Amino acid sequence: MELLKKYDLLGYHFTAVKNKKILMKGNEAISAAAVEAGCRFYAGYPITPQNEIPEYMSWRMPEVNGVFIQAESETAAINMVYGAAACGARAMTSSSSPGISLKQEGLSFLAGAELPSVIVNMQRGGPGLGNISASQADYFQSVKGGGHGDYKLLVYAPYNVQELWDLTMLAFDKADEYRIPVMILGDAIIGQMMEPFNPTPYKGSIPEKPWALTGCKDREPNVIKTLFLGEGELEQRNYMLQRKYEKLKEHEVRSDSFGTDDAELIVVAFGIAARIAFSAIKKLRSEGLKVGLLRPITLFPFPEKQLQVLAGPDRRFLTIELNAGQMVEDVKLAVNGKSEVLFYGKPGGSIITPEEVQEKITTLLSG
Amino acid sequence: MNKVFEWPQHLKKKPFRFCPGCGHSIVHRLIAEAIEKFSIRDNVIGIAPVGCAVFAYDYFDFDMIEAAHGRPPAIATAMKRVLPDRIVFSYQGDGDLAAIGTAEIIHAANRGENITVFFINNATYGMTGGQMAPTTLINQKTTTSPQGRELSKTGAPMKVCEMIATIESVSLAVRVSTDSIKGVTSTKNMIERAFKYQIEGKGFAFVEILSPCPTDWGLAPDEALKWMRNEMASVFKLGVLKDKWKTG
Repeated sequence: MELLKKYDLLGYHFTAVKNKKILMKGNEAISAAAVEAGCRFYAGYPITPQNEIPEYMSWRMPEVNGVFIQAESETAAINMVYGAAACGARAMTSSSSPGISLKQEGLSFLAGAELPSVIVNMQRGGPGLGNISASQADYFQSVKGGGHGDYKLLVYAPYNVQELWDLTMLAFDKADEYRIPVMILGDAIIGQMMEPFNPTPYKGSIPEKPWALTGCKDREPNVIKTLFLGEGELEQRNYMLQRKYEKLKEHEVRSDSFGTDDAELIVVAFGIAARIAFSAIKKLRSEGLKVGLLRPITLFPFPEKQLQVLAGPDRRFLTIELNAGQMVEDVKLAVNGKSEVLFYGKPGGSIITPEEVQEKITTLLSG
Repeated sequence: MNKVFEWPQHLKKKPFRFCPGCGHSIVHRLIAEAIEKFSIRDNVIGIAPVGCAVFAYDYFDFDMIEAAHGRPPAIATAMKRVLPDRIVFSYQGDGDLAAIGTAEIIHAANRGENITVFFINNATYGMTGGQMAPTTLINQKTTTSPQGRELSKTGAPMKVCEMIATIESVSLAVRVSTDSIKGVTSTKNMIERAFKYQIEGKGFAFVEILSPCPTDWGLAPDEALKWMRNEMASVFKLGVLKDKWKTG
């Protein structure tokens, strides 16, 4: 599969490119980045707020000799990714919360069968059909496994369109490197928002996949499976997977921080909540308040060590999430009682404003 | 002297773990023979179902994948689209194909995917111990229809081949049976025809194969064959229901 050289067009004719930056919607930036990173298979099912991804893929994939399939269901779409990945293709699907619930069976199989794949979740409010507003209520589902069995996904939480671009490319590389499904966890705002970003060229490469099913010419037959009935066989299989997750914890943690060194209060937030919090924190910093931000970029593996180093009796943590309080549990585990950990957020697709964050922080620091 | 019968080249020399009188071993053998006949072993990718045939990769000597329950047609779709010059087939039972995977089979057929589907109909859930399947006959006793299947509560046996035959993009929809030597021969011919169509790029081919499950039917193997002939085949009519290319 040949990568595209003309990365700067991405299938579009841009009328202006300013400072090497182009303007694109988040969902389209993900799709374009995937194609640039060699993704040649996409299957999906319509659901708001991620429809720009299948729409882009529907005309873009044929241009690059890739495959686009509008699947009959979310379940079929994730299983199509399973089939394409098993044949060695870089494969992706995308959806939003209710659809991602339907994909959990497939995610468990992808993890169990060690098939590299990329799954995008542009979260919306839940439970049930919920609404189509931005939410982070699928945090637990994303980072704790989601489907059945002891497995994890590598989960990236981009907070602007530039990161959508960069992390999507990285997601394909890491999926292949570790032979795991990787999730891009976005939300309705980040998927729908347009902003300028620099479409940096893809610098990775697609590794050989000797395990892939391609027909057994000149080699022993390959088998891809998840059923291990022999005595202790599945236990060993699970330990092998767990070693992989330990490796992720060791090498793949990513986080960003701002003003944490002298902060009395450290806000922990990811994705769009981090962006909202960042506006507030920058303003309060300029007013002299000792507040900082720690932003996990990988949600699994979670930046535990970064938090442990910061924890201490003179410091408090405030997690800000667009849910009823989920990541706060992981922050508490990492901090392990060394600091007080507080939560501020809204469930049900309601958005927090920077002003509300400012007020919350100001009250805490003056209290 | 010419050798007229031998172990199929692409079937591993391993004893089958199927119950005595089970039809899976016959169908496995016929598939391996067809693959040998067309010399496609190096290009084949097979998809095993959830059910008694889940271990198909233990017997077939070529690339195989195990699928989630009912999903083989979706997986086959992707495989064939990614590698259009490979031969992709799915092997599914009646729980897999006619119950949990109904959406996947109907839509793969409707897209006219150039794949081959073998549907093993034994009117029960074999591996889980003989529960009622969509294909279970009226009055047939199973572990979840202990008084016999009732039309008013659970509907009639689902005629999947007839459903598939109504779909415009389908190339071949045929029902055969392994109840006799004649039946096995015609099964063999139809398996070959289905592979041939895929090799020639002629589109979606579906072969429903009636197959005995003496264990879950509570019958001796020879009685099971009689039951297939007398009861099953009167509900599931044998024959070519659709052949777009009308060969043979």
